[in-house]
Amino acid sequence: MPGKLKVKIVAGRHLPVMDRASDLTDAFVEVKFGNTTFKTDVYPKSLNPQWNSEWFKFEVDDEDLQDEPLQITVLDHDTYSANDAIGKVYIDIDPLLYSEAATVISGWFPIYDTIHGIRGEINVVVKVDLFNDLNRFRQSSCGVKFFCTTSIPKCYRAVVIHGFVEELVVNEDPEYQWIDRIRTPRASNEARQRLISLMSGELQRKIGLKVLEMRGNAVVGYLQCFDLEGESGLVVRAIGTACTLDKISNTAFLPACNSPSKEMKESPLVHPPSHGCRSTHNSPIHTASGSRLTQNFSLSVPTLIYTGMGSGSAGKEGGPFKALLRQQTQTALEQREFPFFTLTAFPPGFLVHVGGVVSARSVKLLDRIHNPDEPETRDAWWAEIRQEIKSHAKALGCHAVVGYSESTSICEEVCILSASGTAAVLNPRFLQDGTMEGCLEQRTEETSPLGCGFCHIPYDELNMPFPAHLTYCYNCRKQKVPDVLFTTIDLPTEAMVIGKGCLIQARLCRLKKKAQAEANATSISNLLPFMEYEVHTQLMNKLKLKGMNALFGLRIQITVGENMLMGLASATGVYLTALPTPGGIQIAGKTPNDGTYEQHISHMQKKINDTIAKNKELYDINPPEIPEEIIGSPFPEPRQRSRLLRSQSESSDEVMELDLSHGKKDAFVLEIDDTDAMEDVHSLLTDVPPPPGFYSCNTEIMPGINNWTSDIQMFTSVRVSRLSNINLTNQTLNKNFNDLCENLLKSLYFKLRSMIPCCLCHVNFTVALPEDEVIQVTVTAVAITFDKNQALQTSKVPAAEKTLQRASTDNEEQLQFPLELCSDPLVSQPFSPAKEVLENASSHTGIPAAQRATSVDYSSFADRCNSWIELIKLKAQTIRRGSIKTTASLDKASPLAEGHLRHRSIPSCTNSSVSVVKMTPLSFIPRAKITKYLGIINMFFIRETTSLREEGGVSGFLHAFIAEVFAMVRAHVAALGGNAVVSYIMKQCVFMENPNKNQAQCLINVSGDAVIVVRESELEMVPVQPSAPVSQPTSAGGDVTT
Amino acid sequence: MTNDLDIFVGNTTLIDEDVYRLWLDGFSVSDAVTLRLRSGILEQTGATVDVLQSDTMDHYRTFHMLERLLHTPSKLIHQLHFQIPPSRQAMLIERYYAFDESFVREVLGKKLSKGTKKDLDDISTKTNITLKSCRRQFDNFKRVFKVVEEMRGSLVENIQQHFLLSDRLARYYAAIVFFANSRFETGKKKLQFLTFEDFAYCAEQMIENWTLGAVDSNVDDMDVDLDKEFLQELKELKVLIADKDLLDVHKSLVCTSLRGKISVYNEMEANFKNLSRALVNIASKLTHNKDVRDFFIDLVEKFIEPCKSDKWTLNDVRLFLTQYMTSAHTVDAFRHQALWDRYMNTIKSCLLKMYHD
Repeated sequence: MPGKLKVKIVAGRHLPVMDRASDLTDAFVEVKFGNTTFKTDVYPKSLNPQWNSEWFKFEVDDEDLQDEPLQITVLDHDTYSANDAIGKVYIDIDPLLYSEAATVISGWFPIYDTIHGIRGEINVVVKVDLFNDLNRFRQSSCGVKFFCTTSIPKCYRAVVIHGFVEELVVNEDPEYQWIDRIRTPRASNEARQRLISLMSGELQRKIGLKVLEMRGNAVVGYLQCFDLEGESGLVVRAIGTACTLDKISNTAFLPACNSPSKEMKESPLVHPPSHGCRSTHNSPIHTASGSRLTQNFSLSVPTLIYTGMGSGSAGKEGGPFKALLRQQTQTALEQREFPFFTLTAFPPGFLVHVGGVVSARSVKLLDRIHNPDEPETRDAWWAEIRQEIKSHAKALGCHAVVGYSESTSICEEVCILSASGTAAVLNPRFLQDGTMEGCLEQRTEETSPLGCGFCHIPYDELNMPFPAHLTYCYNCRKQKVPDVLFTTIDLPTEAMVIGKGCLIQARLCRLKKKAQAEANATSISNLLPFMEYEVHTQLMNKLKLKGMNALFGLRIQITVGENMLMGLASATGVYLTALPTPGGIQIAGKTPNDGTYEQHISHMQKKINDTIAKNKELYDINPPEIPEEIIGSPFPEPRQRSRLLRSQSESSDEVMELDLSHGKKDAFVLEIDDTDAMEDVHSLLTDVPPPPGFYSCNTEIMPGINNWTSDIQMFTSVRVSRLSNINLTNQTLNKNFNDLCENLLKSLYFKLRSMIPCCLCHVNFTVALPEDEVIQVTVTAVAITFDKNQALQTSKVPAAEKTLQRASTDNEEQLQFPLELCSDPLVSQPFSPAKEVLENASSHTGIPAAQRATSVDYSSFADRCNSWIELIKLKAQTIRRGSIKTTASLDKASPLAEGHLRHRSIPSCTNSSVSVVKMTPLSFIPRAKITKYLGIINMFFIRETTSLREEGGVSGFLHAFIAEVFAMVRAHVAALGGNAVVSYIMKQCVFMENPNKNQAQCLINVSGDAVIVVRESELEMVPVQPSAPVSQPTSAGGDVTT
Repeated sequence: MTNDLDIFVGNTTLIDEDVYRLWLDGFSVSDAVTLRLRSGILEQTGATVDVLQSDTMDHYRTFHMLERLLHTPSKLIHQLHFQIPPSRQAMLIERYYAFDESFVREVLGKKLSKGTKKDLDDISTKTNITLKSCRRQFDNFKRVFKVVEEMRGSLVENIQQHFLLSDRLARYYAAIVFFANSRFETGKKKLQFLTFEDFAYCAEQMIENWTLGAVDSNVDDMDVDLDKEFLQELKELKVLIADKDLLDVHKSLVCTSLRGKISVYNEMEANFKNLSRALVNIASKLTHNKDVRDFFIDLVEKFIEPCKSDKWTLNDVRLFLTQYMTSAHTVDAFRHQALWDRYMNTIKSCLLKMYHD
């Protein structure tokens, strides 16, 4: 008996009129937790009832506390017939279970009904009394903190980053049960909401247990998703990164000091609970016996490994060291089944090298066979994909995958499972609490702090996993780097960048024949490699067109529909100083003798060159000239080209190392041999740059802009477009899709024009194909205004100063992530980071790179053509085609799910004035400091209407619903005492309509971290509290407004 | 390719003041787009017509959803559905309750009933204000009227408290409610030269001096209705014109003090008795509802027009009214000093406001 949950129902306001005769309502409230229900008195004839109830007390187990949501139902009393429900509020009480988080949930919650939406508000106070000491939390997973943020949360310090945790639970979808035919839509929706809430509660508890097992105390980068598999069931799955976090008690008041504090280094290791007492409490409540989710058919899709197109070799001295390091880290990671990390930003020094993007996809058939005894197979599917990712990473000489994420796309019975991440070599010190050898770490330090270390290739150039070419790093001139780098992570803070970044998208559609079952799955998996290839080509072309050489935050979404596949890749392009300047794009025609054709080609070429020049100016990309570079014609002679190809085939040759060491000025050749290619070139040029004053990126950090104001606007925009179904070809489809996305962006720029100068950050597109010929695009992002004057200043600061600035920010970071591991406190830092960066700065700017590079033979070729496309084509041929294999289902029984719905709700303040709650998909609020994390928000809503036209059609319906979702998130955060949501994400927005029946339904799943932020100005000055400017705060009684 | 669904939802509700104005003015989406196009917004922003269309639709949807809340402004302040900064909330409310001069002049003093609502078509045609906008304005008047009609306390404060309007707008609404309640005639051709502001000022004066609320000893003070007792007592003033001696004394007092000061002395002297009769008669007739309704017509016909025809300046009128009022105190036989002041103060203020040079 670990806890007593206490609930008080204070008042209601703005209730709907339930009795037409009197225009009033006789409202009362049912409070339910687990199987216990309490009721308030009926408050007659009022739209603003004052119940002021006693404290309803629930005596419950901690497991229940963790899994169950508190259910509050507001009803209208009716003497003669059944009481009518007005609406419900689900409150997740999880945040009350951590000692550091919220202590009380108290505030106004919107009363929500799945048919009518928000119907008034209710004021509730919730408290938890814990009887026992905190240790007993270790028995369940109560104490484990969850964060959606994909970096170490701001007021914590990572002591150990343990690694990957995953779990999934399955159940039947209530929507698809026979009973659904006889019950009301409301009952069906509520059953579904409740089930998902329970399942995610159970999932979170199970993940928590795994974390405890790993001796961690938190999950960072927690990503929970639902797969609505229709008749075959409902899957709730989650991944995350287990960590041991240590709270930095006084973050809020730390000035941005410039030296890492000593004490932090010596802070004691957090002792994990002993394994003995961790025995699992995970007796899930079994409701269904076994799972419906079985699989008899699966296709594994070959996957491309995206890396930089580099080749070459690490410096001689790098070789053995690298091997040693790899060995070292390997041991650290070996115990782990999957050395994956869902984080996208890391403490300095954590990331040693980045190999490139690895991804894997697999096409599966969801089984409709109704066999409850069939064991669970979803685990096996994911395990398979993860295994593939792991081996891809290995092929890149990496033993870990960072920025890892998983997703699915389902259409009828076909399901595409996707996983992607960035292969990387990590610094082992963070990974385990065992002791490490000091010498190794010192070596590691040599490379990473320069701000270019992560660019250096982790793989052996003599044994490259794919053809590519490498150069010596333009920063340190010691190690090899690829000429282009693709990653799924955020730009590391230490990275040195020239100019600003920009959002780069590749968009692609492919028609496919309608087919059934296996034939369908086969045709999809045959298409996938080509789509991946084309998406990659587009990304590469667009990157070159921007004059940039690296992509961060790459996210490729493949969506499957009845008769088409859609690919959408988004990433942020930047110019990394460590990587070579990208060459131009060269167009070559196939029929060179035709005069007009030639002219056309040269015209196009000119346009491309102009665009590149314009983009360089737009994004301030003006890399310093490096003297010994020979600026030759970017377009290679055919002779040289053949030579290049030959040299590549001769791999592992000493000569090659020299040949490829000078990777500057590779031209990138687009051959226009048919109309398709022509289209491609055209589409390249049709991407309109954002209007002046706008920038965009999909990462946390926008290089080149650092002076944000506190003016932010988070938004969601949804478009559903119907294609005219005549003569659909791949080209028209592509064009339509491209226009859809471009127009959407244009619309955003127009709407947000008052925020100029502004940057759209964390732009997140998702594509769905709800029906034939219907495309749904959903965008969530945050627009942040920045101070233009300052921005211009800093962008003009010479590189050396820039690095200085960086140094200071690094140091700030250091406060939160001290490099020192507590487990090996004896190994002291070889040098202070600040100094180190200064040194870098000087080495970067002061000493001409040429001198450092003397050991390298730069003679070779002035220009070379890297016919990149051909290389990729080779690659595409060698990857294994999607083979059809039938996998026996595993014996593993599915942990049966009666999940517990955690409703992550958070009350708003009791005062009547509505306090402002900011929301952002980023992990921070500009110009403010996060002083406390209050717990995660994970909410699932269904909204349905049978009067679509009356509610303003589909647009009116969805507009209102999304606004309601925002409102409910804000209310829950406010009730927890928070004033912001960070790392907000709309994970699902499933919209279905039936205009003929005047009906529509929408499911939305959102999550984020509730936090308290304090504005920087308030830290310095007398606080000007952001809350409650409007009206008079009233006590729990609430205000009655008439 | 057509967009079935196209929405934009901000965490902070995005409000474009220009579009709000167009919406309030009752323009359809397509008209609003045309008007925005004309404003040259595309040239400034480089957007396309599609973008403008989608943007306008979005805003219209938002306003449509907000309209329900705007009917009860306190709900807008306390609701959780839309996050809107307080300053914007105030702007939304203020603009929603704002009205057009030409519209209010048509409706002022009319009964806020279904019958009048039917006439909105004609008003719309006459004033060139869209029917939609006319309806909103009319409904606003009616809504405010219904809420404060039976309420105790200061009319302006009640309106301000329930509709969260600015002081100025609340005063205007008080005037509208007051006029609608007493059904003052304002639409006659002779009154066309008066602005709404003139009437609002008069209403304020009357509320302050002539209603039950003006006598603050009264507990259930009501600002909406004229003080019946006071109107009854006004009959007593008749003595000023009925008694020949009093009238002569009054006249000589006024003439003496105005000699050399007023530019229209002769005309004043000649007309004194007529003017005095007019003012006192107006007072004595106010017990009849019909005459209350004609109050402003009477003022114009019986006082303002004669003065106008004699080319009195505003200053002449001021001097005359001041002397006319104060001199009565020195007429020994006249005993209703307090009543006289209560009446004349308001009449003087109203006439001065209504007398346009």
